[in-house]
Amino acid sequence: MSAAEEVVTEAAAVEAVPKRAMTLGYGTSLVVLAALILTPLFVKNFIIFQMTMLLIYGLAVLALNILTGGSGQFSLGQSAFYAVGAYTSAILMEHAGMNYALTLPVAGLICFGFGFLFGQPALRLSGVYLALATFALATAMPQLLKLGYFEHWTGGVQGLVVTKPDAPFGLPMSQDMWLYYFTLAITIAIYIASVNLLRSRSGRAFMAIRDNEIAASAMGVDVALYKTLAFGVSAGITGVAGGLGAIAVQFVAPDGYTITLAISLFLGMVVGGVGWLPGSIVGSAFIIFVPNIAEGISKGLSGAVFGVLLFLVIFLVPHGARQVAIIAQQLIGKLKKN
Amino acid sequence: MLSTLRIAAVSAAVVAIVTTSTAAFAQKKYDTGATDTEIKIGNIIPYSGPASAYGVIGKTEEAYFRMINDQGGINGRKINFVTYDDAYSPPKAVEQVRKLVESDEVLAVFNPLGTPSNTAIQKYLNGKKIPQLFVATGATKWNDPKNFPWTMGWQPSYQSEAQIYAKWLLKEKPDAKIAVFYQNDDFGKDYLKGTKDGLGAKAASMIVMEESYEVSEPSIDGHIVKIKAANPDVLLIYATPKFGAQTIKKTAELGWKPLQIITNVSASVGSVMQPAGFDNAQGVLSAAYAKDGADPQWNDDPGMKKWLAFLDKYMPGADRTDGSIVYGYGAAQTLAKVLEMCGNDLTRANVMKQAASLKDFEPDTLLPGVKINTSAADFAPVAQLKMQRFKGQKWELFGEIISGDVPAD
Repeated sequence: MSAAEEVVTEAAAVEAVPKRAMTLGYGTSLVVLAALILTPLFVKNFIIFQMTMLLIYGLAVLALNILTGGSGQFSLGQSAFYAVGAYTSAILMEHAGMNYALTLPVAGLICFGFGFLFGQPALRLSGVYLALATFALATAMPQLLKLGYFEHWTGGVQGLVVTKPDAPFGLPMSQDMWLYYFTLAITIAIYIASVNLLRSRSGRAFMAIRDNEIAASAMGVDVALYKTLAFGVSAGITGVAGGLGAIAVQFVAPDGYTITLAISLFLGMVVGGVGWLPGSIVGSAFIIFVPNIAEGISKGLSGAVFGVLLFLVIFLVPHGARQVAIIAQQLIGKLKKN
Repeated sequence: MLSTLRIAAVSAAVVAIVTTSTAAFAQKKYDTGATDTEIKIGNIIPYSGPASAYGVIGKTEEAYFRMINDQGGINGRKINFVTYDDAYSPPKAVEQVRKLVESDEVLAVFNPLGTPSNTAIQKYLNGKKIPQLFVATGATKWNDPKNFPWTMGWQPSYQSEAQIYAKWLLKEKPDAKIAVFYQNDDFGKDYLKGTKDGLGAKAASMIVMEESYEVSEPSIDGHIVKIKAANPDVLLIYATPKFGAQTIKKTAELGWKPLQIITNVSASVGSVMQPAGFDNAQGVLSAAYAKDGADPQWNDDPGMKKWLAFLDKYMPGADRTDGSIVYGYGAAQTLAKVLEMCGNDLTRANVMKQAASLKDFEPDTLLPGVKINTSAADFAPVAQLKMQRFKGQKWELFGEIISGDVPAD
């Protein structure tokens, strides 16, 4: 009895989000898409690089959003999946001479398998305990990558330098711009796939588990399968993001994938709005740009300034970007009526 | 006929004008980041994150260039020092360096810290032909002018320091039984390699034990007990400060008295010798290339007097015992020297050329006799160290300046 009670109370940890509220309307989507396509034509390569990183972290946050917002499971271990994806791409490119675009599905598949397997023991855990188990995974990963046994492939502490791809077919664009559009295409594909996933039977199963595990299983949802599946899908997408990240940064090293990254991604999800997929990009922007803003305000106290900014966001808009979007929508609605 | 003459005259005049104007150009040449009034220098350092203690280096360098600017700048140009936080994360380092290069448009990237961060940005900077000058890491791979002509180290490499210990042992204790205790990462392994290279053919017979530990281990006591069982008479401690202190302490607790040599990285009096206990640390050996800010023997040293005056005016309240301040001052002074040597030719190529032409340069904070020498084939500026022995509550230097240049393979 007490177990049932526990599950019921824990389910409330992630607020139920109706699936229609998980996406943007068509009009808004098109405007955002147009902005993402057109902006790089007018800005410097450095900004394009930052926008590429924005999309890549956006993907990783989206993956976490499917896991937490969709199926209600916590993870502080996303950096581990991100690292596995990054290393898979880097090793295949540098040691096996594989084309960069082909390494991404491999990275995704390997991470899917990894996540699915990790989901098995994680089944026994929920809430904060699951968060801690994944936390252990994130802390262990950088050290595993440094292990002597793998050093031949991973390059150990020194990491691996990755060659950046040129634009194909002699297209007259810089490496950065090509990589950006490449990343954008993948991001859009994964975003659409994720939205469809959450609207499908499986997505409904995820959300049923999130809202009430017992009720879900009573309705015939295979809780164990769908929980591990959510882990697998989330890890797979994170892996693709990791692979893209390795190509964009041109370097992988254990120090790039510490627990700090996992916490940043978690932060991105909360700031973007748990369970609201478009918020992933907003969350990603937060984790990339706000530390820079904080540093601009005070170099010595950048961490503290970042903390204050984060506190303000959580205090003023606890539901993150989703809340801002809803308020904006209501305002526009009011204006239209007038 | 007349028209041909006129053409000849006009072309002669044009040629004359062109020649004179190129001559004028030859006097002042600039790349992005340098103008008549300003030189823009970029830097990344961890101000936040696990390695944020090194942030002091960036602050020292900023203060040093503020002092240079107050004194009128270098050849009449002010230094605009732009420094960003990379949190010791390679992806962040790439982002910040690209910002420095593409958005701030700096002339050179100076003293970026950490082996992972520098590896991450090396290819990018070399591809763009932007100097990655005086990197703040002791890895050996920065001295590789053939493959990376835009990257240069500054401090002695770990391998060259280890070679110095090996050379000293060969000379003073040729029948030593050596145990090497090292940190299991690139830092520790570089030292191990240097030791073996330095001992040469005798390495196999002299080294009786190699024992490594992981940074994540809370205590290394077990390792020391194991090493003692092998009964060596020399213990080489290639460990970071916390573990260095633990090693010295544990050795004393076991009542074991081997000859101990500790890496320069962990030679700090405040953070290693004192926690290990001054009594336990008597007779421990190490090597140094810079003066210790807290050591009274330099009170009358003209170089350290200048350093102290700088500290009082530009970094009031700073901790004198912090080796990072001595380090940052020395590195910044070397850069100032290079920029001064560049004269009015502030192109990136000339910055590298001048950095590779330092002759017997002695920054205020380096030990007397330690000189910076570079050439087109030698990109390792500081390559000399002096042996020191811990006595009482401070290090006592002894012996000759020893050189240990190691070319990258």
